[in-house]
Amino acid sequence: MAGQRRSAVDRSANSDLAAAFEDGSAYIPYLAVGDPSYERSKAYVEALARGGADIIELGLPFSEPIAEGPTIQNAIVRALKGGMSPELFFQFVEELDVDVPLVCMTYYNLIYQYGRTAGDGPGPEAFVEKAASAGISGFVVPDLPAEEADPLRAACDEHGLDLIFIVAPTTEGDRLERMMQRVSGYVYVQARLGTTGARSDVSDQTTASLDRLADYDLPKAVGFGISGGEQAERIVANGADGIIVGSALVDIVANGVENDEPTEAVADRLETLSRELKAGAQRGDEARQANVDAK
Amino acid sequence: MSTDGKFGDYGGQYVPEALMPAIEELTEAYEQYVLENKDGFMDEFRDRLTDFGGRPTPLQRADRLSERYDLDIYLKREDLLHGGAHKLNNALGQVLLAKYMGKERIIAETGAGQHGTATAMAAAHLDMPCTIYMGERDINRQRPNVFRMKLNGSEVKPVTTGRGTLKEAISETMRDWATTVETTHYVIGSIVGPHPFPVMVRDFQSVISKEAREQTIEKTGSLPDSVIACAGGGSNTMGSFAKFVDDESVSLYAVEAGGSSLRVDEDTGVAPNSASLSTGNEGVLHGARTKLLQDTAGQIMESHSVSSGLDYAGVGPELAYLVDTDRVTPVTVDDDAALEGFHRLSQTEGIIPALETAHAFGYLEEHHEELSGTVVVNVSGRGDKDLETVIEETDARDVPNAPDMSMFSGGGM
Repeated sequence: MAGQRRSAVDRSANSDLAAAFEDGSAYIPYLAVGDPSYERSKAYVEALARGGADIIELGLPFSEPIAEGPTIQNAIVRALKGGMSPELFFQFVEELDVDVPLVCMTYYNLIYQYGRTAGDGPGPEAFVEKAASAGISGFVVPDLPAEEADPLRAACDEHGLDLIFIVAPTTEGDRLERMMQRVSGYVYVQARLGTTGARSDVSDQTTASLDRLADYDLPKAVGFGISGGEQAERIVANGADGIIVGSALVDIVANGVENDEPTEAVADRLETLSRELKAGAQRGDEARQANVDAK
Repeated sequence: MSTDGKFGDYGGQYVPEALMPAIEELTEAYEQYVLENKDGFMDEFRDRLTDFGGRPTPLQRADRLSERYDLDIYLKREDLLHGGAHKLNNALGQVLLAKYMGKERIIAETGAGQHGTATAMAAAHLDMPCTIYMGERDINRQRPNVFRMKLNGSEVKPVTTGRGTLKEAISETMRDWATTVETTHYVIGSIVGPHPFPVMVRDFQSVISKEAREQTIEKTGSLPDSVIACAGGGSNTMGSFAKFVDDESVSLYAVEAGGSSLRVDEDTGVAPNSASLSTGNEGVLHGARTKLLQDTAGQIMESHSVSSGLDYAGVGPELAYLVDTDRVTPVTVDDDAALEGFHRLSQTEGIIPALETAHAFGYLEEHHEELSGTVVVNVSGRGDKDLETVIEETDARDVPNAPDMSMFSGGGM
C-alpha cells in the first residue's frame, strides 16, 4: 500500500481501514505502545489481534497528552519511562506479527518534529513516509482539528494513508462539514464530552452524533468509555459501525504492572476481554439486522 | 495582526475537537466585546480595573539605579496593582468576559500562584464559582498563595501528574474544560494556548504599555529608548511591549530565566532553564505552535527556574514571532544573577520584587553598558510570595549583596 497514490476524491477506495468494516462491525482496540515495556507491549498487541481485533490503534506516547484521562495518561508515563520513542515505535510496528491494519494515535508535536530528526526541518511529511513504510495505515491525532490538518492530510494523500478525525458531541454544522471533507478510513465518534476513560453508561450524545453523521457514508466507530460486551452490543445495535476500546484494556495492563503478573497472564486477559467485546459487537450487528428485516 | 490567530507560522488552534466550538464561541465574544466594545464591555472592564484594581499604576523614576548605571531608569509599578502583580489585568478581563458570555463557572491553571490568586480575586469580585488547578510541587512551593485562593472562595485542585508544575496544570485544566465546556470558561494565565487566548490576553495586559508610553512621554518628553520585561509565558512581557511594537526606535528586551544552565539533558528530559525564546525550537504545545523546550523526538522537557512563575517550557506565539522578526531581543539571566537583582532592588529602591521581575534587574546589572538614555523596566510583581524561596536559595549559595543570613540559616535563631 505504501507509496500508492490516491486522489482526494477516492480516498476510501483503497483504504484497508474502510475495508475492515465490510464484514460487519469492527472491533478497534487501543494500547499505548511500550506500556510497560517494548517486549510486553508486543505480546499484548498480538493478544488483541488473537481476540478478534479488526483494526488496532497503537498509541505513540507524547509527554503532554491533553485529551487523555488518568488511565491512559498513566500508561503513557509508563511507556515513556520504559524508553518508548518514535524510532522505537516504528521498529515495533515493523516487528509486530499481526494481520490487521494499524492506526497510529499520537499528538501533533511528535509528527511535526520527526522531520527535524530526519533532517528535513519540521513538518509532517517525514513522519508519514516513515509510518507508511513501517506498515501504518492511518492516523488519529487528538490535538489536530480539521482547521490545522491540511499539511498532514496532504502528506497522507501522498503516501496513501488515512487520516481519521474525532467527531465530538459538540461538532456540528460547518465544523462537521469541514472535517468530513478531510476525513478518510473511518470517523471516530466521541461518545461523550471529556477525556478518555472507561464508563459504565452510554451517553445519549452518542446516538445524537450517529444521527448527525447518518448522511455520510464513511464507517462510524464509537469510542470513549466502552468497557464491556453489553455496551458494545448496545452501541452497535444503535447504529455504530465499530467500537473503539482503550482505557478498559489499559486497565488490564495497569493491573498487571501493579500485581507484577507474568506477561502471559495479562495477554490472556486482554484476549478474553477482546473476545467479549467482539462478540458483543457481533450481537449488535444481529440486532441491527433483525431491525432492518422487521421493517 | 491577522484574524486567524497566526503570527507568521506561529499560533493557531491545536486543541481537541471537543473544545473547538468553545474556541469559536470565545473568538466571537473576543471580537464583539473586546474589539468592538459591545454592551460597553471595555468601559466596564476599565472602570473595574480602576476601582477594584487601582489603575493606573505609577511610572516611577528609580533614582539610585539611574545613578548606578548612568541611565534614566523608570519603573512601571505593576507590583502596586491589586493582588501584587500584573496578573489581575488579564484575570479581571476574562472573568468579566465569561459573565458577558453567560458562562456559569471559571477554571484556571496556576504555576507560581499569581494567576490563580488573581483569578480567585476576580471570581469573588464578580461572583463566579472558580476552580484552580495547581501542580502539587507548586502547591508546596507557594503555600501562602494557595491559602489566598481559598480565602477568596476558590477550590484548589492539586495536579499530581508529571513533575507537578505549570505545564501539567495547564494540561489538566484543558481536560476539565473538555468535559465542562458548555458552561465553563477557561481563564488561561498567559499569552499562550489556542487563538484567541494569545491576542485576548495581550489586549487585556496591554494597558501596561499604554500607560507606560503616555507616562514616559509626560515625564521625559519623549519615548523611552528601551523597555525591559521578564518573560515566562510572556503576558507581562507582551503587556509591556504591545503599544511600543510600532515605535521602531524603542528596543524591546525579553529577559528569560537562564536557570542553572542553558544546556539541556536529553537523557533525563530536563532543561535546567526556561529560556524557550533563546534556546527553544518550533513545535506544538497546549494549543499553539510556538518555541518550545523539547528533545529531538518532540517530547516536552521539564523546565527549571528559581522563579516558579517563569518555569514553563513554552512561550506565547506572538513573542516567538517578534523574536524571529528581530523586533524583540531575547536575553537570559541565570538564577544567581536574578537573586542578586532581587536583593539589589530591595536595597537600592525599597521595592521587594517578585523573583520573576528580579530577572529584569539581573539583566540591567549585567548589560547596562549596552543600554542608553531612558529605560523602562516593568516591575511585574512584588516579592512577598517569594520570601521563603529567597531565604532558602540565598542561604544555599553565596549571594554577594544579600543581607546577613545567619539568623535565617537552619537552627541559627
